Amino acid sequence: MEAIILQILNGLDKGSAYALIALGLTLIFGTLGVVNFAHGALFMIGAFCAVTLSRILTASRTVIDETKTDFLGNPLKVDVPHVYDWFGEAAGATIIDWAVPLSILFAIPVMMLIGLIMERGLIKHFYSRPHADQILVTFGLAIVLQEIIKYFYGANPIPTPAPDAFRGSFDFGAALGFDPNVIIYPYWRLVYFAFAAVIIGAVFAFLQFTTFGMVVRAGMADRETVGLLGIDIDKRFTLMFGLAAAVAGLAGVMYAPINSPNYHMGMDFLVLSFVVVVVGGMGSLPGAVAAGFLLGILESFASMGAVLEVLPGINQIIIYLVAIIILLTRPRGLMGRKGVMEE
Amino acid sequence: MLGLNKKDLKLLLIVAVLAILAPFILNPFPEDSAMAQFNAGYPDLMQRFVIFGIFAIGFNILFGLTGYLSFGHAAFLGVGSYAAIWMMKLLTMNVIPAIMLSVLFAGLFSLIVGWISLRRSGIYFAILTLAFAQMSYSLAYSVLTPITGGETGLQPKVTDPRILDGTLPQGETARANIFGLEMNSSYDLIVGGWLFTFNVGYYIAAIAMLASFYVAIRIFRSPFGTMLRAVKSNQTRMYYTGLNAKPYTLAAFVISGMYAGLAGGLLVAMDTQAGAERMFWTASGEVVLMTILGGAGTLIGPVLGAGLIKYMENILSKINKDILHQWFAFLPDGLEDFIITIVYPFIGKGWHLTLGLIFMGVVIFLPGGLVEGGQRIARLFRGKKAKESDSDKSTQSTPAE
Repeated sequence: MEAIILQILNGLDKGSAYALIALGLTLIFGTLGVVNFAHGALFMIGAFCAVTLSRILTASRTVIDETKTDFLGNPLKVDVPHVYDWFGEAAGATIIDWAVPLSILFAIPVMMLIGLIMERGLIKHFYSRPHADQILVTFGLAIVLQEIIKYFYGANPIPTPAPDAFRGSFDFGAALGFDPNVIIYPYWRLVYFAFAAVIIGAVFAFLQFTTFGMVVRAGMADRETVGLLGIDIDKRFTLMFGLAAAVAGLAGVMYAPINSPNYHMGMDFLVLSFVVVVVGGMGSLPGAVAAGFLLGILESFASMGAVLEVLPGINQIIIYLVAIIILLTRPRGLMGRKGVMEE
Repeated sequence: MLGLNKKDLKLLLIVAVLAILAPFILNPFPEDSAMAQFNAGYPDLMQRFVIFGIFAIGFNILFGLTGYLSFGHAAFLGVGSYAAIWMMKLLTMNVIPAIMLSVLFAGLFSLIVGWISLRRSGIYFAILTLAFAQMSYSLAYSVLTPITGGETGLQPKVTDPRILDGTLPQGETARANIFGLEMNSSYDLIVGGWLFTFNVGYYIAAIAMLASFYVAIRIFRSPFGTMLRAVKSNQTRMYYTGLNAKPYTLAAFVISGMYAGLAGGLLVAMDTQAGAERMFWTASGEVVLMTILGGAGTLIGPVLGAGLIKYMENILSKINKDILHQWFAFLPDGLEDFIITIVYPFIGKGWHLTLGLIFMGVVIFLPGGLVEGGQRIARLFRGKKAKESDSDKSTQSTPAE
């Protein structure tokens, strides 16, 4: 029992990341009909937004501290972040400590802007071209974005710690009445799961309860009619692309403390996210989210010791295996709608 | 001759001459000159040119003709490599049986993968092939370690049985050979400042490339090839005329898988090692890049694309900051530093950036790849008369839609 709960928890954070990326992919596919292979790169850029902000915040000037000396008796040079000058030392230290959550505010406009530039500058020209061309050009774009990040930030992973307050682990077992220290779970992963749930809820609420969202949903169902009613649907779809980019970016920002950002993390997630989208059903938002969590949890179940004894190596291939079985038995995925991408 | 028309025969002959004279053509600069680093005429790189050329030709038979975009072709290359290395460990270091077996195994494996994946098309097909390739990669890396060597990969060892060769005398290493002629032996020709290397392995690979190129031409010109093009242009209409597309696409898939296996077997014949990283999905992405870059659906395009990418990977990536300073030394200091700052991100370790940009440019502006680019330039230079006759032709052949 304990082991099962632990595996479900372990699956949640990866599942959250899959669900967020797959949600963005599905938004783009559902609205614009574009298969975006550069979506993983957006996730990666989001993670690097966190890196950038924490670098900006720790930008320092060097002062000579007369009170401290090194072993030769010379006054010691101390780096003082500019933030200390502006907000005082205690508040400055807190701001630096909370760099990753603060990056959310920084990442939203940046990611929206990148998304809008991408759509207006490149993707727009590919609406009428075959899906293969869309895959290829966004694949090329992903390489370019990845290499630009590599040029500025280097090839090594950059550790980006979570705030001190979330650094420990939560003893789930004790809270649920099991023995203590059996089910322990890092706080930050709980935060990540809660954050993902909030974002997913917000996106669904936005689509369900606002006029803008209603028009977008109408456009996804029947683009032509909405256009004939005199609504500039293209403009709204462009904004949805920006929104999808922001969702991917936020997923990346919050993932930075879990997995130190490196330039190819996007590609690693992209392949799996595509599998998630296909399993969930192309064009179905609830399907993408459900499949994201489902596959995340399945993956962590497959890496349990008891399972591995029976089926060695199953943890490496479970996601692909499930994808193959679902694609062959339920051609539309778990919740795919009729008529979406059926060739 | 050879069942080819005049134009195709000319193309085949040009490719053959280029392949035979490659050690000269790729080494245009004397050894001690500053430009020597642009020489690509060393055996290791020349072998890669032709081997990845084979891989791309095979991929083009699937993608260029039928339009099915596979993102998992590296798996067949990997299976071919493993088959070849086991042949070398168990039977003989002669490369012929190794290559034959690698083609066979890759063909069988692609038959299974293709039979399942081809039930879907478009993006689903791409994801299915990708899933199969990633599965093979993960399995080769973890559970199948007894067969694949896991992380370390496989190399021939002195203790291997090698039934036909017998055990080696102590202290001797096993080398890949073809009837006693070692693959890595080569003949150096020194003319003045130039060094030309004629390598046995390269010529074996080049012969294999020419043979596969010839087969590809025959497929392109055959009724079978026309059928594959029909799959690409309108599958529904094909069904209405009473034809089932599946056997044709499956045949194309297996053929391209066998080409990949041949490439994998040849890679092993050259460097006698096999590892799981050859199956990783970036390797599959690379062959897609090669084919599109050169020109999907054209005969010579994939070979050009493979050559270009391997050249960039091996030559462009070696240029560092010092070399750039040497080149731009004639400029005033400030300007020199400025230009180097601009150019530097695109070369050396950043060559992938250049590749990505070129690839995007090709997809956006030149869907026919480098071949189409070449044709456009050729059309610019051709006289007005040729243009007129071209337009005559195009009006005549307008299809009745």
